[in-house]
Amino acid sequence: MKGKVSGYNEGVLQNPKEKRKQNSYLASFNFKQTWPLHLLVLPVIIFAIIFNYLPMFGNIMAFQDYKPWEGFFGSQWVGLKHFQALFEFDDSVQVIWNTFIISVLKIIFGLAVPIVMALLLNEVRKMSVKRSIQTMVYLPHFLSWVILGGILIDILSVNGGIVNRLLETIFNIEPIFFLGDGDWFRTVLVTSDIWKEFGFSMIVYLASISGVNPDLYEAAEMDGANRFKQTLHVTLPAMLPIIIVISTLQLGNILNAGFDQVFNLYNPLVYDKGDVIDTYVYRMGLENGNFSFATAVGLFKSVISFVLIVVAYRLAFKLANYRIF
Amino acid sequence: MYHKTLGYKIFSIFNYTLLISLAILCILPLIHVLAVSFSGKEAASANIINLLPIDFTTEAYEKTFGNPLFLQTLYNSFYRTALGTFITMAVLVFAGYALSKEFKGRNFYMWFIVFTMLFSGGMIPNYILVSNLNLTNTVWALVLPGVVNAFNLILLMNFFKTIPKSLEEAAKIDGAGFFRILFQIYLPLSMAGIATITLFTMVGHWNSWFDGLIYMRETSNYPLATFLQTIVVQQDMSKISTNPEDLENLSQRTVKSAQIFIGALPILLVYPFLQKYFVKGIVMGSVKE
Repeated sequence: MKGKVSGYNEGVLQNPKEKRKQNSYLASFNFKQTWPLHLLVLPVIIFAIIFNYLPMFGNIMAFQDYKPWEGFFGSQWVGLKHFQALFEFDDSVQVIWNTFIISVLKIIFGLAVPIVMALLLNEVRKMSVKRSIQTMVYLPHFLSWVILGGILIDILSVNGGIVNRLLETIFNIEPIFFLGDGDWFRTVLVTSDIWKEFGFSMIVYLASISGVNPDLYEAAEMDGANRFKQTLHVTLPAMLPIIIVISTLQLGNILNAGFDQVFNLYNPLVYDKGDVIDTYVYRMGLENGNFSFATAVGLFKSVISFVLIVVAYRLAFKLANYRIF
Repeated sequence: MYHKTLGYKIFSIFNYTLLISLAILCILPLIHVLAVSFSGKEAASANIINLLPIDFTTEAYEKTFGNPLFLQTLYNSFYRTALGTFITMAVLVFAGYALSKEFKGRNFYMWFIVFTMLFSGGMIPNYILVSNLNLTNTVWALVLPGVVNAFNLILLMNFFKTIPKSLEEAAKIDGAGFFRILFQIYLPLSMAGIATITLFTMVGHWNSWFDGLIYMRETSNYPLATFLQTIVVQQDMSKISTNPEDLENLSQRTVKSAQIFIGALPILLVYPFLQKYFVKGIVMGSVKE
């Protein structure tokens, strides 16, 4: 087949070399044999272009005063005006700060709790008990924040919610306004997020523990190591690669405080401590119709997250040889 | 043997107690809601219900299922879940199969898709796009934007990669093309993997509420999750019933609890199947060659 291509090219007068190069490049795709594969990928590429890439370009409205009736081409260009406003408004600066604090707390506890729980669960030797515990702790992950938000609003209520009733009977303290007091609100966000996700996050750690060679424990026991020392010197080192991967990848979540959760639990009373970037974008853009400013806030988040995610993947690759695909 | 020492036995007792209480804590709130939903309205307003219903009644469920708006949104949810899962799975299975092969251009496609994981357009541009495409107030606004899921695609691809090449080569010698190989060899052999991703996608659609809130104009077009969000979270009681007399007689708390529980019920029903697969799926997704 190659001979045929070059033979055809000999007859072409202009730039025969370049033409040959082009043809052989196209030929290297070997479409004649692989076209079904390209065809099968096509739908996902089309969907990605329309629903993932087009919105990325839609971000140009962050540099305009976008009016829906004027569209992208008719709206006025305003340069970096909205980004300037982002750093000048007191509430947008506060919102960025809130997002950072809440997500960092979630990341720290969201790493520590599942690791400890996986180690403790590994000490449960009765398989039936172990399985029942797993079934129960994985469940909340699959329920949406609408359901859990509804439940939390009910059980945390100041007017006789079951949590406040319990606190009153056991410790005899006044009802706490969990969802109306800023500091308590942050505590509720972090605690309920850990409660929902710790079981599910545990799975990868449990998998890495089950991959440990039993001989190692036997050898450690021969050397006189008790169970705690075995955990410290055999189990934990075996978990280290996956711990490194998970913790570096969390870097990309530093501006993700969890939109669904905050949106379903917050109220104007806790905006000063609990409002986060995504909820702010929603209120500014879709409730107040301030499209361009809201897009600027969203773009600010996307760009920083993008940089952090790329750094995180590079780090995870360098430290633990992790690849996305 | 370490587990015969006294110290370890004491630790074990503490450990079992701690883990079992934590596990119970994970399902306790759901049981409380269930108890409230089956309780009489006086007991609910007096805040005396813990984990068992008081003055057992199914009134809250009767009211809920007697509300045409609730039934309509329940139907919407089933419809979007079925349609959305079907389209998403078709697109992802095709792409996942193709990308599990080595061919020129594959790397470009992979990065093109992985990039959607790294950078997102954001809430407002997505909203503007959906309105400019005239999808607002149709089920397509809930179904089409979420089709590309890079993570699930990579999982599917990894499932396909575990199928031995020799099978495919044998089929090729017999003259089978890529499509035949996909439908007659790959699909039947990777049912476990496909079931995992299908269940994940279904749960995602069932739980999805924000898209309904911003893309749907009429409440009758809301999926159930969005409907619940407006009632349970935004406390918009006008939607529970239009009859003011009803509203007064009714304990809103029991009805709300009943609706929360019905919203969670499909998840609870598929959960045993889900659990059978997701552990394997997650471990597989994190292990790559």
